[in-house]
Amino acid sequence: MKENDLLLQVEGLKVYFSLTEGLLFQRGGGAVKAVDGLDFSVRKGETLGLVGESGCGKSTTGQAILLLYPPTAGRVIFDGVNLCSLDARSLRRMRRQFQIVFQDPYASLNPRMTVGDILSEPLEVHGLARGKECTDRVRELLSLVGMPSHFAQRYPHELSGGQRQRIGVARALAVEPVFMVCDEPVSSLDVSIQSQIINLFEDLQERLGLTYLFISHDLSVVRHISDRVAVMYLGKIVELANRNDLYYYPLHPYTKALLSAVPIADPDVEAKRERIILKGEVPSPVNPPSGCHFRTRCPIAEPWCSEVEPEFRDIGEEHWAACHKI
Amino acid sequence: MASKAPLLQVRNLRTHFHTRDGVVKAVDGVSFDLREGEALGIVGESGCGKSVSALSIMKLIPSPPGQVTAEGIVFEGQNLLPLNENQMRKVRGAKIAMVFQDPMTSLNPVLTVGWQICESLKLHLGMTQVQARARAIELLRVVGIPSPQDRIEDYPHQFSGGMRQRVMIAMAIACNPRLLIADEATTALDVTIQAQIIDLVKRLRGETGASVMWITHDLGIVAGLCDRVNVMYAGRLVESAPVRNIYYRPSHAYTLGLLQAVPRLDEGPKKRLLPIEGAPPDLIDMSSLCPFLPRCHLAQEICHHEPPRVREVEPHHTAACWTDMQRLWTEKS
Repeated sequence: MKENDLLLQVEGLKVYFSLTEGLLFQRGGGAVKAVDGLDFSVRKGETLGLVGESGCGKSTTGQAILLLYPPTAGRVIFDGVNLCSLDARSLRRMRRQFQIVFQDPYASLNPRMTVGDILSEPLEVHGLARGKECTDRVRELLSLVGMPSHFAQRYPHELSGGQRQRIGVARALAVEPVFMVCDEPVSSLDVSIQSQIINLFEDLQERLGLTYLFISHDLSVVRHISDRVAVMYLGKIVELANRNDLYYYPLHPYTKALLSAVPIADPDVEAKRERIILKGEVPSPVNPPSGCHFRTRCPIAEPWCSEVEPEFRDIGEEHWAACHKI
Repeated sequence: MASKAPLLQVRNLRTHFHTRDGVVKAVDGVSFDLREGEALGIVGESGCGKSVSALSIMKLIPSPPGQVTAEGIVFEGQNLLPLNENQMRKVRGAKIAMVFQDPMTSLNPVLTVGWQICESLKLHLGMTQVQARARAIELLRVVGIPSPQDRIEDYPHQFSGGMRQRVMIAMAIACNPRLLIADEATTALDVTIQAQIIDLVKRLRGETGASVMWITHDLGIVAGLCDRVNVMYAGRLVESAPVRNIYYRPSHAYTLGLLQAVPRLDEGPKKRLLPIEGAPPDLIDMSSLCPFLPRCHLAQEICHHEPPRVREVEPHHTAACWTDMQRLWTEKS
């Protein structure tokens, strides 16, 4: 793969949140290792899916690569520029190129602003349009996400969940980004509305040549939309491969268990499936298990899995996994 | 299967809420049977009335603003409608138990889980404190909570989400209810934990022979767990059939739409999803015509004039849709 095919490179990314106890007499209480050493890259024009269960660090990853959280360690290289080395002004200028769509369209739109205000704000912040130009651009953005232009006068509470999410997407598109982090963008929507928004994401990618990092806990949605998929567990990527390779030939025991746990809307298929039921729950990211993070729930763990941390390596044909037993 | 009398018969259930903006017909004329030992799935999107139906059966709808009417809600031969609050309390927990979506808000945070499980054992089964405690420990073991004799003194906040849902299930099955209603019981949980809980419910069903009413928006869970499926839309029951018929021979345009809209884990090459356009209707001032009409791509002339009747499209399979989709499936096969 050529270097210039890569839009985003993440190297050794770590995000720790320090825990302090007490208000007056603060004592150190360790740190939540939300993201604990990630290496991956996103190619131009592709959709990289990032899946995992709650608390695995997938949303933190999405926000850290946009530097919404300062990384504790590691580098984020966007289009050849190391974002971590930029000063505030240059970073702000760079931000035009990458945007984020959040999960909850109820919480991420300001209830006191009209749709028109919400969409023109980023245009003004980045000095892209003013006055009449701005109104035209708002209309254009609304039509891009399939909404009639008179919605510019409405307030978020007047919109349904699906419509709000369209506004969230339009706001991200206002500054003409090349890269979008989509953080659980369809999870709070009803199933019949979900597919409308998924199709919107696909259409926009085709029309505008966007690159997505698509974060979700829903493995079926991620399979549908992604070109490649990364699976996270307790702050680490355990497996990363092409969509088909990952779903047809999962290598990591966690990926296998995760895939087997997802119900399929087909009674005959369900009757024949074998479930790998994982025991117990995800350990605390404050004090993750030694060695392989997954070993406490792993059905095939060996004693030495607790001693040596498995290396995240290319098993062949760009199928990456971190497990001693592969 | 057909010979047994139904455990629960619901006839023409209507739950209306009187609000300042008008009457919200949350459930509007729903009739169905649930057989002894059957697992019935109730599927639909938010606001379709699936939870409200369950709460209405349990008589847990506050009135006002709610108003529940029906020709009958007959459980084990007894009509629940005329029962007063005291009589109803003997049914809830003892004969019909419910597990809710969010275990944190449905468990009392200031009481130990042991106390909360023992409460129903003492109330319904007349156990002494010592007996109840022993049974509570046993129940926690059954639902897979490690070292239950220690955990019984713990408070809800000391359990994780999955463990809390296990406690809820332990409470629900404490008195061996004949019917367990699970209202989006795994929606708040991660998939691997969801798999654990569904596995548990399947096992308990096998052991106790209780019937299950599983309310969810997830067509996948229903496919693997239920014998029969009711599909609801905008307060109405639009289709009811044995599980395979719903998935392979759906007879309502909405059911078909739902099945096509959802991406599947075992999906083949990339293709476009077929969404249901538009959004569910406002439940205030609904017309009597088919509620799905504005979003339906199979609508015919008659749909605009006459409300669809619930008809039997094949044995044990009813649908409220004018379009004859069974012919489609027969031609296909």
